[in-house]
Amino acid sequence: MSTSYTGHPVLDPRFAPPFPTAALPVLRNPQLRKNVAHATDVIQTKRARLVAEKSDWQQLRTTAAAIRSHALDHLGDYLEEFETRCTAAGGKVHWASDAAEARAIIVELLRQEQASEVIKIKTMTSAEIQLNPAIEAAGIHAYETDLAELILQLGEDEPSHIVVPALHVNRSQVREIFARRMGLKDLPDDPKALTAAARNYLRQKFLTIPTAISGANFLIAETGSVAIVESEGNGRMCLTLPRTLITLAGIEKVLPRFSDLEVMLQLLARSATGERMSPYTSLWTGVTPGDGPERFHVVLLDNGRSPILARPTERQTLRCIRCAACLNTCPVYRQTGGHAYGSVYPGPIGAILTPQLMQMRRAQSLPYASSLCGACYDVCPVKIEIPKVLLELRSQVVNQERRSIAQFGDFMFIGMKAANMIFGGARRFRAAQWLGRLALRPFTRKDGWIHNLPSLGSKWTQTRDLRGLPDQSFRQWWAARGKEER
Amino acid sequence: MRASLFITCYNDTLFPETGRAVVRLLERLGVELEFDPRQTCCGQMHANTGFRIEAFCQAKRFVKLYREAETVVIPSSSCVAMIRDQYPGLFDELGDESLRREFAALLPKIYELSEFLIDRLGVEDVGAYFPHRVTYHASCHSLRGLHVGDRPMRLLSKVRGLELIPLANMDRCCGFGGTFSIKNAEVSSAMLAAKMQDVLATRAEYCTALDNSCLMHLGGAMHRQYAAMRTIHLAQILCATEGAKPEEVA
Repeated sequence: MSTSYTGHPVLDPRFAPPFPTAALPVLRNPQLRKNVAHATDVIQTKRARLVAEKSDWQQLRTTAAAIRSHALDHLGDYLEEFETRCTAAGGKVHWASDAAEARAIIVELLRQEQASEVIKIKTMTSAEIQLNPAIEAAGIHAYETDLAELILQLGEDEPSHIVVPALHVNRSQVREIFARRMGLKDLPDDPKALTAAARNYLRQKFLTIPTAISGANFLIAETGSVAIVESEGNGRMCLTLPRTLITLAGIEKVLPRFSDLEVMLQLLARSATGERMSPYTSLWTGVTPGDGPERFHVVLLDNGRSPILARPTERQTLRCIRCAACLNTCPVYRQTGGHAYGSVYPGPIGAILTPQLMQMRRAQSLPYASSLCGACYDVCPVKIEIPKVLLELRSQVVNQERRSIAQFGDFMFIGMKAANMIFGGARRFRAAQWLGRLALRPFTRKDGWIHNLPSLGSKWTQTRDLRGLPDQSFRQWWAARGKEER
Repeated sequence: MRASLFITCYNDTLFPETGRAVVRLLERLGVELEFDPRQTCCGQMHANTGFRIEAFCQAKRFVKLYREAETVVIPSSSCVAMIRDQYPGLFDELGDESLRREFAALLPKIYELSEFLIDRLGVEDVGAYFPHRVTYHASCHSLRGLHVGDRPMRLLSKVRGLELIPLANMDRCCGFGGTFSIKNAEVSSAMLAAKMQDVLATRAEYCTALDNSCLMHLGGAMHRQYAAMRTIHLAQILCATEGAKPEEVA
């Protein structure tokens, strides 16, 4: 097994297994967990150092949250403004209500170009709509040009991180994939040689393929511009060399003013890669004769975003600028990596975004894939209250169960209803304490500890002991003490 | 000074020694404590699992029980975080105007134990003696929920005989997360294993925190692994004095 650790990871929420199940293969792979922990530690350390040098970091966060909220509050207006400006500058704007429509638009544009090949910059949105399989089905080959995406494409693997998609693949695996797919039998595994191999492979594509697909970090309403930040220069190649450029962007990516970039770019690079500025920041507006692409299309994608706008607590999810700082700090992601989330958007942000994009009809295990430790909110550059949104989504999952027959076979559900009754009165609570003591006694060893419990309790005792219930509760002690004093 | 003790449901049932320590500690500091036996749970378990209607019932019950209280002390930061962070949303959604008003009046009177000692009583040195090596785990809710900051450290640094050993990655979650430890038992266990590495590396005799929930998780792993370390709630360390009976402390 060279490319993925357990067969092919499923990143389609319609077919992915629930999070606790999908996490198991990773948990049994200590090397992978070590890779993830190491990689996230490196990014986090760099991020922390750069955040510390910004005395106005908290103000930047607050401002960025306000900018993004304002943009979402007036999204329709800003999108129309973007369309007007972009069109005036020579671009063409297309509107796609869902993934199928976006795929159809892009395939049709490629057909008009009579393209047989297309080069791509890393775009999570294209993974969201599963663009590559649709392009391939139309007989057009898509080449990923981001190094990590190239590794995944050649290795027939899937992204496990928003910013560093091949985070889970180590160097010797990269060597094996390149050697096999590029026909380089004697390729060494040092980073320099691997990068050179990728460069040779990609350089031909940049120079010969006249059509490119990109995502967008930001759309600027005021000017109709598009912004992309990247580290490798492959983006700059794709944005400047081809004859035709197609940009796919979620409708939430819009910023009102050009000057808003001043705030967002300070936050994005520091949060995403622990850099003061991304090595390449590309901005373009429509087309410029004699300079860059002659034809420019923007596909604006809804695909489940509009319904989120209508919900007051969840709306903030759409502020996200995809920096992945929440993934890097998350103690759950640290153990499971990205594939367990069964979505192209993993980690805390994926746990709230994915089920919402699925209209809460899929991925219902994701809102529970968090210990609610709050580390994600602390690092979020646009202050998305991820724990709060998780709780809101959990409540929606429970409300679905309240209306379903499944509740009668779910021990957790039954236990929660019973606990609610018990907590409703002190006498019931005392009786439950007494009953609990009685019920646990057969499982309690001589040393006063429980090592094995049946049913749901076994989920605890599989790795942890539980101290047996003390003979006297606090309230009993308090009552007895009162009597002594009297 | 008078204060009402909300002991919390799991301290009452599983960790009565923490409750006893809170009582002895606060009475030693001259606080007149009340304990209303009608109290049960703050609703955190239900709220965090998505059972919002049930959580609201308990939240409402809590407010009704304590609306007359002068001050409420709670030796559990996650329960205090539940009250501060989640009650407002629950009451906005499901409560009425009078409940919201009662809660608004009650909220500033609610203290987590370390907050109560430092902010309300103004003491850091509580006269404790605990001649042991101790490491402190900053629970998620105390750190990122209540922002207790260095309050627990200030209290521990004044305990005579105590050697405080720094914990690497002190702010990282132990993986308990309430029903998370059951619903995602394997992931929770993996997080616990990572935490235990850091905790055991301190070679302390005790690991302390403001929450018995985290300590139950860590303590369960310590017992399973025959570790030469035990867990102890901060209240029990602060309650300990020279010549105290050891069974009352740990």
